[in-house]
Formats: sequence, structure tokens, C-alpha cells
Amino acid sequence: MAKDTESIFKNPLLRWIDDRFPLSSLIKDHATEYYASKNFNIWYLFGVLSMVVLVIMLLTGFFLTMNYKPSAEDAFNSVEYIMRSVENGWLIRYMHSTGASFFFIVIYLHMFRAMLYGSYKKPRELIWVLGMLLYFCLMAEAFFGYLLPWGNMSYWAGQVIVNLFGYIPFIGESLTEWIRGDYFISDITLNRFFAFHVIFLPLAILGLVAAHILALHHVGSNNPDGVEIKKHLDEAGKPVDGVAFHPFHTSKDLVGITVFLIIYFAAVFFAPEMGGYFLEVDNFEPADPLKTPEHIVPSWYFTPYYAILRAVPNAALGALFLVLAVLLFVFLPWLDKCEVKSIRYRGWQYKFALTLFAISFVALGYLGLQPATGIYVALARFFTITYFAFFLLMPFYTKLEKTKTVPERVVYKKKES
Amino acid sequence: MEKNINRRKFLSIATSVTSAVGGIFAVGTFVSTLQPSKKAKALGASIKVSLSKLEPGSIIKVIYRGKPIWVLRRTEKMINELDNENSNLRDPESDLSIQPDFAKNKFRSKNPEYFVVEGVCTHLGCAPIEKFAIAPADMGPDWKGGFYCPCHGSKFDLSGRVYAGVPAPSNLRVPAHQFVDEATLLVGENT
Amino acid sequence: MRKILISYLAFTIIPGLTFSAGSMDLDGYLEGMNVKTSDVRSLQRGARNFINNCSGCHTLQYMRYNQIAEDLGITEDQLMQNLIFTESSPQDLVMNNMLREDGNRWFGKAPPDLTLVTRRKSPEYVYGFLNSFYEDNGSPTGVNNHVQEASSMPHVLWDIEERLSDEEYSQFLNDTVGFLVYAGEPIIEKRKSMGVWVIGFLLIFLILSYALYKDIWREVK
Repeated sequence: MAKDTESIFKNPLLRWIDDRFPLSSLIKDHATEYYASKNFNIWYLFGVLSMVVLVIMLLTGFFLTMNYKPSAEDAFNSVEYIMRSVENGWLIRYMHSTGASFFFIVIYLHMFRAMLYGSYKKPRELIWVLGMLLYFCLMAEAFFGYLLPWGNMSYWAGQVIVNLFGYIPFIGESLTEWIRGDYFISDITLNRFFAFHVIFLPLAILGLVAAHILALHHVGSNNPDGVEIKKHLDEAGKPVDGVAFHPFHTSKDLVGITVFLIIYFAAVFFAPEMGGYFLEVDNFEPADPLKTPEHIVPSWYFTPYYAILRAVPNAALGALFLVLAVLLFVFLPWLDKCEVKSIRYRGWQYKFALTLFAISFVALGYLGLQPATGIYVALARFFTITYFAFFLLMPFYTKLEKTKTVPERVVYKKKES
Repeated sequence: MEKNINRRKFLSIATSVTSAVGGIFAVGTFVSTLQPSKKAKALGASIKVSLSKLEPGSIIKVIYRGKPIWVLRRTEKMINELDNENSNLRDPESDLSIQPDFAKNKFRSKNPEYFVVEGVCTHLGCAPIEKFAIAPADMGPDWKGGFYCPCHGSKFDLSGRVYAGVPAPSNLRVPAHQFVDEATLLVGENT
Repeated sequence: MRKILISYLAFTIIPGLTFSAGSMDLDGYLEGMNVKTSDVRSLQRGARNFINNCSGCHTLQYMRYNQIAEDLGITEDQLMQNLIFTESSPQDLVMNNMLREDGNRWFGKAPPDLTLVTRRKSPEYVYGFLNSFYEDNGSPTGVNNHVQEASSMPHVLWDIEERLSDEEYSQFLNDTVGFLVYAGEPIIEKRKSMGVWVIGFLLIFLILSYALYKDIWREVK
């Protein structure tokens, strides 16, 4: 249904474009006349931050590809070449490796916002599902990217994860061979992982981001009170609790983005290895099929799932539980039976469950970094149970919630400057 | 109200300008990575050529920055031949061609005995062939020795100067070079 | 603001925490350790120490001589006289003439390249290693090492350790380890100084963008 939108421009060239391309209507629909609640807090920053990180990763990735060589013989050396020989190559490399970790920090906080304020509930279930697809793509992108430096941890982490597919009944063995393209992780595997990392997944991610935002704008953003602002419109038909995305949210996000960049660049310039969490020490030596690292640990952002994998005594079942642990997120909109969106007005059951879940996730992350011995095993099992309980018992405890009355209008306290 | 609009304008402009400055530094950093890397510069560094075993009338060929460089040790005969005027040259004074200042003469070198030149035809880049014999059958009775490019027939004399009426527009290029000592040539730097 | 402070603390504490997990039993062998990569003179001495004592067996396959000269303020003449004793030119990589097979045959395991050793093992490991050789008649080299048991490396610095006082030997090790830290990441000092400028610029931008945000939101009730 094409609206007859008036051009917002006076400049004749831009008006010429407007007659041939929906420039004005795009700007109006998605920025200057897209209304979002005025009471956004810091949790609402992580969506735009993830876009900032995505742009950083695409740009730095592109420039790295100019000098990186995706062959088993040259990959490790080409990374050192970038670090030492290419002008400012070290900065591009550190931005990319730091950006990968920051991407996950931002995304986990972005997902947590949805869990705090019920942003996955009707009518926003599809936004959540698209977001989960994005999360799967991001994990795959990080996994493929991690093999590329061809360091020793790259090699062995790749070995372990690809071997997980071997647990699938009947087809497991052939599947892993097919994934590797060889009988072991080799130059062939490296080359195809490079193709996935540089072409296929970035394109998939860009497409999904576009769909994710279109779905959001179609319905309108949620807010910390879980109130639908479209319910109360003024005489001009604009939500009384809303402010135009541009210039209000853009100017506010600019501050948030700046603070983020300060933290990000502090890491890039002063702690790019981050104690071995952003750049693992084992990766400073080339891949060696004959030398397994003492502790094979995945990157920190995968460790919660790694802990779950190891917590289950049976390897094949452990792999299954790992997959379920990731998949269960998708079903949240349908597991959560409470009508109220925002945690501010929900019963104690959900507050307790979400707190316990957050603690479990972080605890499992820590445990995934430790060797699977002694008390760590028991703790990993305990938190695996609490992790799964959050999802599987949700249809029951959310029905029991005694919710507070959700206000009609959002709560917005203006701080006097 | 006036004050508000002015403040808004000032802040918007200040923020935009500062963003632009940051943006320029960011773009500059990325673009700078396209410069030749330290490895390229190392591989493209000036090269030393030993002349101790070079006989008169012989030629040494080396590669500098991907291009063939020829070092010809001229015989007495070749030097004398170059002393004569050659009216068939397009640019005998080397006004249009590229060479170090000290090579802007009929020998196109500092020392007439050693001739250093890029073996790249100035027409379309082929490698010319040495034709040092005087008046051989294939070059005709007027040929006094020099270089011949097989691709399109351009001819150059023993100083790499191009003949008139051939496709090549200018004399063969003489690279920056210097003689470190009697037996050593350094290609790539003049002093 | 508070969040920025917390993150800065995190960036200093986290690396420290994980580091202590990896130090295992190095503690006894780190006496006198005080590596300063900001001290160019120390790195110069370290470069000389490495070339004189280590480069016969160990290569720095990712370092070029002329980069060492440029970064550490060494002229080309000084470079040729003090640091290059092979057929190499300044733009060449720091290699030696030992073949891998020979190294394997002579030592059981060819001496590894050391460009990235401090990033792979930590500066503390390298310092501790060079500081913990002891006599052991049962070993083929006559020595053993507390940090790397049954190391096939002889105690190359034996003479130097005997000749120098404890303090002087510690300084020698600090210089050499400092040089290896630099070799592992030549950009280390420049990245820190660049970081100060970048963060400084962003702080100025933060003030401006915050003022703009406050101004725009003034009208929101």
C-alpha cells in the first residue's frame, strides 16, 4: 500500500531521487516519524551497539582479508605479517579480535533486555526468532573465524567442535568428514571455513538484521514498563509516550555509543589479549596436530555451553544437551505464560527464576574455563539443572505469578540538569 | 528561545565537526594499510650488483622492483661509436626521457664504460633484445649496434636512445643508481 | 562514568587474575625481575644480548633487522657493526644457519624460534627459565632447569651468570626478556601512546554529544 509521502527535502537533487526511490518515506518511517518510548534505559542501548560492532567487524574483516592467506602453510605467518609489516595492520587485527568478544558481550546483554522486559512476547515473537537465528549465525561466524589464524588452539578447538557432529547417530562419521572435506582438520577445511566466514555468514547476518529491524518497526518497540505506547495517541495520531527516533533516540544513542567506544578502544589499545581471554596464549604458536594444548578451552563466549556438554556423563547426550541449551531460547515466547511483559510488574517467581538463570549462565561460563575435575564437576551439574529448569518449568511457574497492575502510561522521571 | 536555537546549532555543528575529524582519522588508518608493507619495502630495497666479473661487451641482468635492469660494460668500440652524432634519433639529448641528472648525456651514464638501463621498451613494456653486432643482415647496413624490440620493431642505440619513426615514444629509462666502489653498483639510489 | 571506571578496573584486574593462575611454580625464580619495554636503552642491550648469546641457535623469524634498528633508535652503521654477523642485509629477517634436522639431531629438539615466546609462555616464564639452571650430572648437557624440566638447552649464560653480580645478572635478564617482549609485539609501546590519544579524543566527543543530547531532550516531559 504505497503512501503518497511528501518529500522532506528542499534540495532539487534529493527531490529528484525521491521521485524515483522511497528515500523520504524510508527516513520518515524508520527515523523521523518512528516513535519509540521516551523511557528507554541503558538496556535499550545494546541493539544499536550490536550494529556498531557489526560495522566494525565488517570493515576490519574486509581489510584483514586483503592481507590474510587462507592456507595451512601461510595463515599463521600472514597474521604475523599483518601485525608487523602492514602499516597499522596490528590495529585492524586487534580491533577485529577485540570486536569479536565485544560482539558477544553486547549480544548477551541485548538478549537479557528482552528477557527483562518481555520483548519476545506477542506481537514480537518473530523479532525474537529472527534474533535467535542471528545468534546462531553469530556463533557459527565466530567458530569459523576462530580457525583462520591457524594457531594451535584454533586447530584443536576446531577438532573438538567438528567431532561433536560425530555423535549424531548413523550419519555422524560421514557428516564430520563432509564438514572437514578431509579425514582430519586440514588446509581444505581452513579454506572452506574462510569462505563461510567472509562471504556466506556476513551476507546472511546482514539479511537477518534487515528483517529483524523491519519486524521491529512494523510492530513498534517495547519499553521497560512493557506498555504498548500505541494505545494512547494524541490529536495528531502520535503516541503520547513516544518520541521520534530521530533526533531523540539518535542523540541519546550517540552518547551511549561514545561510552561504548571508550571501553572498546581501551581494550584494543591497553589490553588486547585480555589476560588470554580475547587472544588465547596457545594461539601464539602454529597449529600442531601432534601437540594438544593442556586445556582445550573454547572462546569464553562459548564456555557456558561447553560446561553443559561436559557436565553430562555421556558424550553423545552431552552434545544433545548442548544443542538443546541453545535451542530452548527460541521457545521463550511460548514457554512464558504470564500476560505481563515487564519484570517491573511480574510476580516473584519470574524475578527469582531469571536471577537464578543469569547466575547459572555466568557460573557455567566460569566452569567451562576450568578443568572438569573435583568440585567443578558437581557445580557444573548443579547449574546445568538450574539452567534447564528455567526453561522447562517456565510454563508452570509463570502461570502462578501474581502480577502488579501495569500502568497505562510509561514511567518517565525527568532528571533536572 | 533565540539562545536555545543558537545553542542547538552550536552543539550540532560542534558534534558533527568532531565526528568528521574522528571519521577522517578512522578512514585514514584503514586506507594507510594499503601502502606497501615493510616486507614489500624490504624486498624492493636497493640491490647491490658486483661488477668484478663483467667483461667488456657483456651484459648482467638483475631484477629490481620487478623490472629487468641491464648493466652493460661497453667496449672501446661501443664508446667511440657513441661519440659520433646519430641523426636518426628522436631525442638525442634525452630531454623527454627519464634518467638521473648525471645520465643526461650521450652515454646516458656517469662513466661511459658502464651503462645501467631498464630493459623495458617504452612503447608497451616488452623486453628488447641486444643487437650489438654492426650491420648484421637482419638490422640493415646502417645499424651501429644497440637494442631491438621484437614486439613492434622499436630500435634503440647503445645508450638506449630511441630512433625516430618507431612506435616507442622515448629513450629507455635509466634507473637511479650509484657506484659504491669500482666493482660494486647499487641500483635504486643516486647518492 | 561509573561504568567506565569499572571497566578500566576490570581491564587491569582480569589480566592480573588470569596471570596468577598461570605462574604455577615460577615464584622462586623471578627475583630481580623488572622488565620495562618503555626503556629503549634496556631493549638495545637486550638486542645485543640476544644476538651475541642466542641467535646462534634461535631465530627471530618474524623480525627484520631494520625494524629493530628503527624502533630502538639504532643507526644502520651500528646495526651492521653490532647486530649483524651473518651475510644478512638490514632488511632481512633474523635467521641463522642451523638446519632443523641438525638441531633435532644435536639437541633432541631443534631450538625453537623465539619471536613469540613471551606471548606464548609469558615474560615471567622466560625470565624464570633463564634464571633457574642448576648442575645435574645425570643430564646430557650437565645442567637441568627448574622451570622446564629436562630441557635440552645448555646453560648458555653460565659464564655471564658467574661473572656478573646477582643484580647485574638480573639486569641482563631484564634487558633480554624485555627485548623478547618487544620482538613478540614490536608495536607494544606505540599502541599504548596511540590509545591515550584515541581515548582522549573520545572523551572530548563524549562531552559534546552529552551536551547535545541534554539539549535535544530538554523539551521532553
